[in-house]
Amino acid sequence: MRREIPLIITAVVGIFFVLQYFIPHPPFNQLNGWFSDWFSIIGACAIWLGALNLIRISADKIYRRREDWGYAIIIIISFLLITIIGFWEGNAFRDSGTGFDWLYRFIYTPLSATMFALLAFFVASASYRAFRARNLEATLLLLAAFFVMLGRVPVGDALAGIFHVPESILPSSIATWIMNFINTAGQRAILIGIALGIVSTSLRIILGIERSYLGGE
Amino acid sequence: MIVRFFAGKVSVKIKIAIICLIAQFFLVGIALSQPPTDSVIIDTLRTPPPDVTPVMVKSVVAKDNPNDDGRAVIISWDLSVDDHAGGKVTSYKIYRSEKRGGIFAEIGEAPSGSDQMMDNNVTRDEEYYYKVSAINELKEGGKTIWQVSSESDVVGPAKAVAQWFDTRRLNVFVGMIILCGLIIYYINQAKSGKKLFIRKISGLDAVDEAVGRATEMGKKIFFIPGISDVDNVQTIAGLTILGRVAQLAAEYETWIEVPVSRSLVMVTAKEIVKEAYSKAGRPDAFHEDQVHYLTDDQFGYAAGIDGMFVREKPATVFLLGNFYAESLILSETGNSIGAIQIAGTGQPSQLPFFVAACDYTLIGEELFAASAYLSREPKLLGSLKGQDIGKAIILAAILVGSLLETFNIFQLSKFFRVLE
Repeated sequence: MRREIPLIITAVVGIFFVLQYFIPHPPFNQLNGWFSDWFSIIGACAIWLGALNLIRISADKIYRRREDWGYAIIIIISFLLITIIGFWEGNAFRDSGTGFDWLYRFIYTPLSATMFALLAFFVASASYRAFRARNLEATLLLLAAFFVMLGRVPVGDALAGIFHVPESILPSSIATWIMNFINTAGQRAILIGIALGIVSTSLRIILGIERSYLGGE
Repeated sequence: MIVRFFAGKVSVKIKIAIICLIAQFFLVGIALSQPPTDSVIIDTLRTPPPDVTPVMVKSVVAKDNPNDDGRAVIISWDLSVDDHAGGKVTSYKIYRSEKRGGIFAEIGEAPSGSDQMMDNNVTRDEEYYYKVSAINELKEGGKTIWQVSSESDVVGPAKAVAQWFDTRRLNVFVGMIILCGLIIYYINQAKSGKKLFIRKISGLDAVDEAVGRATEMGKKIFFIPGISDVDNVQTIAGLTILGRVAQLAAEYETWIEVPVSRSLVMVTAKEIVKEAYSKAGRPDAFHEDQVHYLTDDQFGYAAGIDGMFVREKPATVFLLGNFYAESLILSETGNSIGAIQIAGTGQPSQLPFFVAACDYTLIGEELFAASAYLSREPKLLGSLKGQDIGKAIILAAILVGSLLETFNIFQLSKFFRVLE
């Protein structure tokens, strides 16, 4: 029964979700909202599982003096600090000028921005590897990238203008053509495959053929 | 002189009459010296000029809005003959009552040229009566100077009814039936023992090699199931692969670590890894801390994993699930430490990053095929075959549709329009 009950719940809920897309009649039209609400409630309750797991593992790391246990102290202090200040300030904890707001604006936001900014450097290093013209495909990729990058900045057309390049083959026109036709066609092909994969996976789960998400075969 | 007059022997009545007369002159003078007020102007202009009343609308129809949950009535009408450029109609007003002879309340206004309006403020299965007024009005500075109207006949009753099938989604329904039929057919074929050809997916063939490499190097394996929760099918697809990877890791006695960003994913992943260790015959080797929560925050999660990558230098990294901007941060860090990386996601915009930074990338449907491909279970492989046939049908439709539309013969694409 430990396995059958989840399978039955999955099948019933899955079928209802498929039906609600085609049936506007109540209660089917409300199912999506209900289940979203339930999921949010379960997710909100479950966050304590995650938080407690984080604290337990970090505390254990400190207690046993495992490698890099200093980071665990930072985790616990940060967690306790933001949680206590958040609860202490009550419902108004998000208001401007609160301690929580200060932590959010001057610690959390710069840290997130720093991580996001790293992307610029990672894009450069990844592009360097990807655009090396080792074979025909990589050369085509390099050429496409060259025209798209040149076409996306004003200096591309300005340079082409010096040589009186016709408008139809300006870097911006070539970049637009590559993005609108070649890139869109490729993206759509991938999206069709993904959509079919999602249908197939969902059907396997609803029919109970795919059970590995329950742990095991 | 005035003082003498009032002090003299003139009768009191005459004195009072003279005072009243003087007072009246003063009052009239004051009144005439005031600037004219708005109300005076409107009073004089409110009367509309002759022959401005528009002809009433005809053929008013009120009916249930189809394909909805019974929350709307559509009111349509034929335009008034006076509704044209420079005509007498400036707008239409729609009135509603719950009884034919009851009081009609205005429920909305449509500009001239409109021939229908939706009444979204109705109660399901209640009867309503409607009438439409063709309005001609003159406004100046936002104020109505004059207004004339002609009302249509009352129509009704109209009732908003909930439907049991949204006919606009019939094409999706047919497509779903065909696709599901194909998948079930091929599952049955596979169950009956028929051998099915499934194309090689090198990213999945490399799973054994990647786990083996970690074993040889005596280093960890990291499995990252993305940043979405278990309600995302990509996360589920990633978790199905986790079972297989964890079982291999257990057999090879290699430590697999699964840092997650959602509590529910943690619970599910923990169960999967535990089961995989049991299946490998090593339940004692499973450790609760192998699957652990980091944070729900996108960049916090990326920072935490990057830190672990750099400190612990795993030999193998699996990035399978739903990823957004953190995809390149994770995969580039994995690349910089020399880990063998197998990635897969259903986000087309993140695939180029994985292709650039990882050794193997599962593109699109390959991520969803992984479970079937790795397990080699006939029932699951059958579903892959059905999915491939579905793709072949769509490919054929694209080719035929392109040809038909190129030669302007038939718009096949209209069968594939999907309502959001």
